[in-house]
Amino acid sequence: MENIIDYLKAERSQEWRAEVRKRMKAKERTSLQRINMPEEDPDVRNKNSVEVNKGLAPEMAIAEAHRCLDCADPTCITGCPVGINIPKFIKQIEVEDFAGAAVTLKETNALPAVCGRVCPQEKQCELNCFYTQKLDKPPIAIGYLERFAADWERNSGKMSVPKTEKHNKIKVGVVGSGPAGLAAAGDLAKYGYDVTVFEALHEVGGVLKYGIPEFRLPNELVDVEIETMRKMGIKFRTDFIVGKTATFDDLKKEGFQAFFVGSGAGLPRFMNIPGENLNGIFSSNEYLTRINLMHAASDEYDTPVISGKNVAVIGGGNTAMDSVRTAKRLGADKAMIIYRRSEAEMPARIEEIKHAKEEGIIFMNLHNPLEYYSDENGRVKQVKLQKMELGEPDASGRRRPIPIEGSEFIIDVDTVVVSVGVSPNPLIPKALKNLKVTDWGTIVVDPDTMQSSVPEIFAGGDIVRGGATVILAMGDGRKAAAGMHKYIQEKIQAN
Amino acid sequence: MFKARIFFYFWQLKILIKNYFRQKKMSKILEKEFFSKNVVKLVLEAPEIARTRKPGHFVIVRIDEKGERIPLTISAADEKKGTITLVIQRVGVTSAKLCNMNVGDVIMDVVGPLGTATHIEKVGTVLCAGGGVGVAPMLPIVEGLKKAGNRVITILAARSKDLIILEDQMREFSDEVIVMTDDGSYGKKGLVTAGMEEVINREKVDLCFVIGPAIMMKFGALTTKKYNIPTMASLNTIMVDGTGMCGACRVHIGGKTRFVCVDGPEFDAHQVDFDEMMTRLGAYKEQEYEAYQKYLQTVEA
Repeated sequence: MENIIDYLKAERSQEWRAEVRKRMKAKERTSLQRINMPEEDPDVRNKNSVEVNKGLAPEMAIAEAHRCLDCADPTCITGCPVGINIPKFIKQIEVEDFAGAAVTLKETNALPAVCGRVCPQEKQCELNCFYTQKLDKPPIAIGYLERFAADWERNSGKMSVPKTEKHNKIKVGVVGSGPAGLAAAGDLAKYGYDVTVFEALHEVGGVLKYGIPEFRLPNELVDVEIETMRKMGIKFRTDFIVGKTATFDDLKKEGFQAFFVGSGAGLPRFMNIPGENLNGIFSSNEYLTRINLMHAASDEYDTPVISGKNVAVIGGGNTAMDSVRTAKRLGADKAMIIYRRSEAEMPARIEEIKHAKEEGIIFMNLHNPLEYYSDENGRVKQVKLQKMELGEPDASGRRRPIPIEGSEFIIDVDTVVVSVGVSPNPLIPKALKNLKVTDWGTIVVDPDTMQSSVPEIFAGGDIVRGGATVILAMGDGRKAAAGMHKYIQEKIQAN
Repeated sequence: MFKARIFFYFWQLKILIKNYFRQKKMSKILEKEFFSKNVVKLVLEAPEIARTRKPGHFVIVRIDEKGERIPLTISAADEKKGTITLVIQRVGVTSAKLCNMNVGDVIMDVVGPLGTATHIEKVGTVLCAGGGVGVAPMLPIVEGLKKAGNRVITILAARSKDLIILEDQMREFSDEVIVMTDDGSYGKKGLVTAGMEEVINREKVDLCFVIGPAIMMKFGALTTKKYNIPTMASLNTIMVDGTGMCGACRVHIGGKTRFVCVDGPEFDAHQVDFDEMMTRLGAYKEQEYEAYQKYLQTVEA
C-alpha cells in the first residue's frame, strides 16, 4: 500500500503535472459546469439497439478534464476497485494526450471501454470525488472520461498492447471469460505467465456478451478488448467446461500450475410462486441470453424468443432494467418494472433508471407478484399483484417491504421476466470435492489473496460474492492474479 | 500475376495462423447412417468429450454462426478414435439441418459432456423401456447396467418397424429384447406400456428406466407406479446454455422446480410433472413451425 501511495505521489510531482495544475486557478476550475453526456433521442432509441450514450466529443472531454483539481490526496482512487490512477489519466486528457490517457487506464484496468460504460461510478470514484465530498457539487464525470479515452484509442486504430514481462513458460488456467476472468488473465499475462482462458459458451466475454444489452455495451467493443488480450499472448478455449470437458487433475497433468475460477453466478433465482413455470415466463438470464448472445430478435438467426405486448419485469437491479428496456425495443406496448420496494432502494444505476423512464418504461414500485394465471395453451396471461409498504431497515440496510393485506389485484401480461437475483454456478464446487463453499454455494477465499481451500485454486467475482458488479469482479481478478503470482513464485523458490 | 499469387498464399497462411490461435475446435462429421428417413446417426470428432463422458451425459450443439443451441444425449463414444455418436430425429430446423449434413462437414460448436451421469449399480433386474429416438440415449445406460452385473430386459418401442433403431447393439448388452410397434409391423403390436406390464407380471423388476417422448415417459411412469417399481426418466427439455444459467429447462420434480441441465437429465419418474414438461416443450411451437416451413422452402428451392 505504501508503495502505491509513493508511486502516486511521484507521478503527481512530475513536471508536466505540476505545470498543468498551474494553468488554471482552482476557483476557476470549480466554477466550470459538469458536462452532460449526449444521448440518443428516447423515442428513437427505444425502437432499436443503438447505444444510448453517444460519448463525449474531444472538446467536451477536455473541458470536463479542466474541472479536475488533481488533488494532493486523490480520494477518487480509493473508490475504484481496480485502483486506476484517475487524476493522471484526466490530466492527460486535459493536455490532449488521449493515447497516453488510454495507456494509463490499461495499466490497472483490462477493460476501460467496458467500465466507462457499466460501472456504478456514482457509488465508487465519483462518490469519493472532492466535488461530491467537500464542495457539494456534481463530481468530475470520471466514467464519461474513461469511456472517452478508451473509445478514442479504439477509433484511432492504434490500440496499445500492455507491456508484459518476459514469458516464463509457466501455464496457468482461468475458468470463465467474464470480467473477473479477463481481469485476472490480463494481469497474469503481464506477470509473464502462459495464460489459457476456458469458456463454457461459444463466445468469450461472459456476462458482457450474454447479459448486458447492445444499447448499453456493444458486443463489438468487447471483442476489440479481447483481441488486445490475444495480442498479449492470452489463449482462449471456448466450448470448454472445466470439471466436465476436462477435470482440474487432467489440466494439472497438462502442466497447469494454478487456476483462477471466475465462473460467475450461474443459477437464476425464481420466487417459487404458483404458475411461475408457465410459458412466456423467463429468467432474465434466459431472456437476455436469447437476445444478446443468440440474436433471437433477428430473423437470420435460428434461436426464437417470445416477447409480447404486455411485459412485466420483476426486480429493481441493473439486469431488470436491461430486460425491461430490451422488451420495449422488441415492440412491447407496455413494458413494466414490478419492484417490491421504492425507487430509493433500487440497486440499479441511477443512469439506467433515468434512461428507462425516458424510454417510456412503466414503474410499478411497491408491488409484488403472488401468482401467475395461464391461458388455454399454457402461456401466462395475467399476474396477481399485491401492494407493499416500507417498514424498518433489514439486514441489507434497505427498508423492508411489508405486504398490505387485501390490496391484491390482477393485471394482464403476456411475457414475464423474473430478475430477482442469481445463485452461484454449482459446476465448479461439484467438480472439486475438497473445495470449501458457503451455505450459499459461494467459494470461500482468503480476502487478501483470493486463494481457496485448495491451494492452487483462486477465485473471484460472483462465484465468491454471489452477485455483484463488473468492476468488483475485475478487482477480484486483479487481486487473485497477484495472489497466484506470489503462490507460484514461492512454490518455485521452495523447490 | 506471380506476385499476386504469393500475396494470396501469404493471406491464406495468415488466416490459418489466426484460426490456430483462436483455438476454436470444430467437430467434423466422420460417419453418417440413416436409421430411417427421419432418424440419422452421426459420429463426430470430439476427443475430449469422448474421454470424459459417461452414460446419461449430453452435449449442446450449435451448427453454425447463426444456429441455435440444442441439447443431444450422447449415445456412444469411442475414446481411442476420439469420437462421440449422436442420434437425431428430424423435427425442426436445427435437427433437419443436422440430418442433412454429410461426412466431412463440420459442426461449429459441440460442448460437453453436460448433466449428471446415470447412477449405475448392481440392483438385480432392470427393465429399460426406450421409445423412438429415446432408444439412443438408453444404449449407454443398458451397456453400463449390464457391465455392472444386472439382468437387463430392454423394450424397444416405436410407431412402426422403420422407426425401431439400434436393435443389434441393444441385443449385445441385454439379456432379452422385446420389440413393440403401434401398428404391429414388427415385434409385438401394442404400446410400450403393454410390453412393460408383461415383464412386470412375469418376473420381479427392481428398477426401471424410461426414455422417449414425454407422453411415453408419462405413461411408462404411471405403469411402474402401480407396481411401486423405482423408475428413472431422462428428460429432454428446451435448453439454451446447458450449464444452469438460463433456467429454460426448469420443471417441477416432486413439487420443487429443478433444472434438467445440471440437476438431471435423469430424475425419479414418479416425481416428474410430465404435463408441465409437455406444455413447456411446446413454448415455441408456432415459431418452430413457421421457421421449419421457411426452411423447407429454402431447401426445396
